[in-house]
Amino acid sequence: MDLLITLLIIVAKVIGLTFLVVLPLVPISVYFERRFSAIIQDRVGPNRVGVPLTWFGAKKDFSFFGLIQPMADGVKLFLKEDFTPSHVRKAFYWLAPALTVVPALVTVCVVPFGSDIMINGHAEKLVIANLDVGPLFIFAISSLAVYGITLAGWSSNSKFPFIGGVRSTAQMISYEIALGLSVVPVLLFYGDLNLSHIVEAQAQRGWLLLPLWNEHGAFFTEGYWKDPEVLNQWLFWIPAMIAFVIFTTSVFAETNRMPFDLPECETELVGGYHTEYSSMKFAMFFMGEYAAMVIGSSLVVTLFLGGWSLGFGADEWIKGLKIGDVGIGGFVHMAVFMAKVVAFILFFILVRWTVPRFRYDQLMRLGWVIFFEAALLNVFLAAIVIALPQFGAIVNIAAVVVLVVVTAALVWALKVSEKKPAPLSI
Amino acid sequence: MPLPLFWFFALVMLFGGVAVVALRNPVASALSMVASFVGLSGLFIGLNAFFVGIIQILVYAGAIMVLFIFIIMLLDLKIEEKRAPKLAPLLGGLGIVLGFTIQLIGVLSKTPNADWKPLDLAAASAAHAQSSPGISTKLAEGHLPDVNLIGDILFKGYNLPLQIVGVLLLVATIGVVVLSKRQEA
Repeated sequence: MDLLITLLIIVAKVIGLTFLVVLPLVPISVYFERRFSAIIQDRVGPNRVGVPLTWFGAKKDFSFFGLIQPMADGVKLFLKEDFTPSHVRKAFYWLAPALTVVPALVTVCVVPFGSDIMINGHAEKLVIANLDVGPLFIFAISSLAVYGITLAGWSSNSKFPFIGGVRSTAQMISYEIALGLSVVPVLLFYGDLNLSHIVEAQAQRGWLLLPLWNEHGAFFTEGYWKDPEVLNQWLFWIPAMIAFVIFTTSVFAETNRMPFDLPECETELVGGYHTEYSSMKFAMFFMGEYAAMVIGSSLVVTLFLGGWSLGFGADEWIKGLKIGDVGIGGFVHMAVFMAKVVAFILFFILVRWTVPRFRYDQLMRLGWVIFFEAALLNVFLAAIVIALPQFGAIVNIAAVVVLVVVTAALVWALKVSEKKPAPLSI
Repeated sequence: MPLPLFWFFALVMLFGGVAVVALRNPVASALSMVASFVGLSGLFIGLNAFFVGIIQILVYAGAIMVLFIFIIMLLDLKIEEKRAPKLAPLLGGLGIVLGFTIQLIGVLSKTPNADWKPLDLAAASAAHAQSSPGISTKLAEGHLPDVNLIGDILFKGYNLPLQIVGVLLLVATIGVVVLSKRQEA
């Protein structure tokens, strides 16, 4: 009987968090994308779909601000003819869309959505699987998403999809390295790979990028500055910020979003890897892309921006909130988390509609030459900052000197090896 | 690990392995190898070796096999698919498999089944109390911090070999770059 209850809880969590929280975010972010881009371009965007009250003699339709538009789009995509071209490799052609969606949804299982929910004195974590290897799990599973895109490009058996697939494989493998290396400072700082523990630590001692409070109070109280680790925490802000920039940019590249959407850039490749796809199979690629975007945002929020925590010591109070016998603090925290994730998705969209697309060689250069080296040096810098209180002045100065010398040598090597474009000979 | 899950992952792994050899299409073979790796990592995770299981996917399925598929796709697959299997290599391969199976059965039948004992976490915690207090507290709480333990052993016990391997890999990488750049000039 106990086993049955445990199983039921797991199933409820999987269905609730994956299909009722993350999956609905996909159409919502599509809606945001269209409305936000419309605002940026001084248009209105989709605002008509709704209840046609004019049919029943009313003066105006009720449109819900166009919020039903994604549903209408979904219905349209379902009802479109699902056309399979005759020249494709069928099995792989069918497999590819599924392989892009599934990894993105599997990674949901380690994201901590909120603090514990108390039911009958039994604490239930708002995480599907509280793994001790959280970030690694996300990287591992999302690295499988590349198969979907690669197979889509190859199995379509035509020129442009293939180029798109090859581009995306190279791009995703390249940026995975920067992605993985850039979070090493964060993991060093917390000394933990469990995302729930990382968020818990941020709730107590301030978010990684905003360490404005600790156990003794907020930054405007005196107790805050008396904490022995405050200075170190602020010093760590520098490597944390570098890690944040590299990580966020790599997430853009990893999800094939603008400004790195070269695998599907319309001006060069017709449509990229999904040129030969139609109907729901086509939509599934976009579901995969947006789901990856949601997961990427939630990972950034979890690692750098405090996950579900509200900050300033309010979390303990929220955890104590109760309706009757049920502790509802977890749901409040979940709302905070979702608000942060949606804000970050809006940032994704803002970047997409403001930054122009990179050239392919620029993209590869950025990944391999700049981000890779910067992330490696950042690991070194973070290690120095973390080890600072444990060593004497001489060791610390020596470490800083080594870091400066290595950085200067790297910059020099980059300057020397840079090829000047040959002048056109006429 | 519950027995049904063990059988599920073991079957995924075995079917993947057989399909690698049996399928004619190289891309299908490579993909079945990925399936086999995923099954293998499931087995690792079932043994509580989370880190090894995840690295199995991250390194083999996520990076190395992607490069394999990348290369295979650039080949002409028509020739590969037409190639009929020859008898001699087939028999040789089966012979090796048979020999190995017989050896395995021989070893397993002579080894007695040891009794399963739970890990003594308290003793392990005491052993780590001096060298790494972080691991010690986690062990005392009843967790098995496998990532921390691997890192501890790797960086404290085998630091010099690790550094040497790192330098070797760097030399290999630089060598590849130099060799591939030479053709240009």
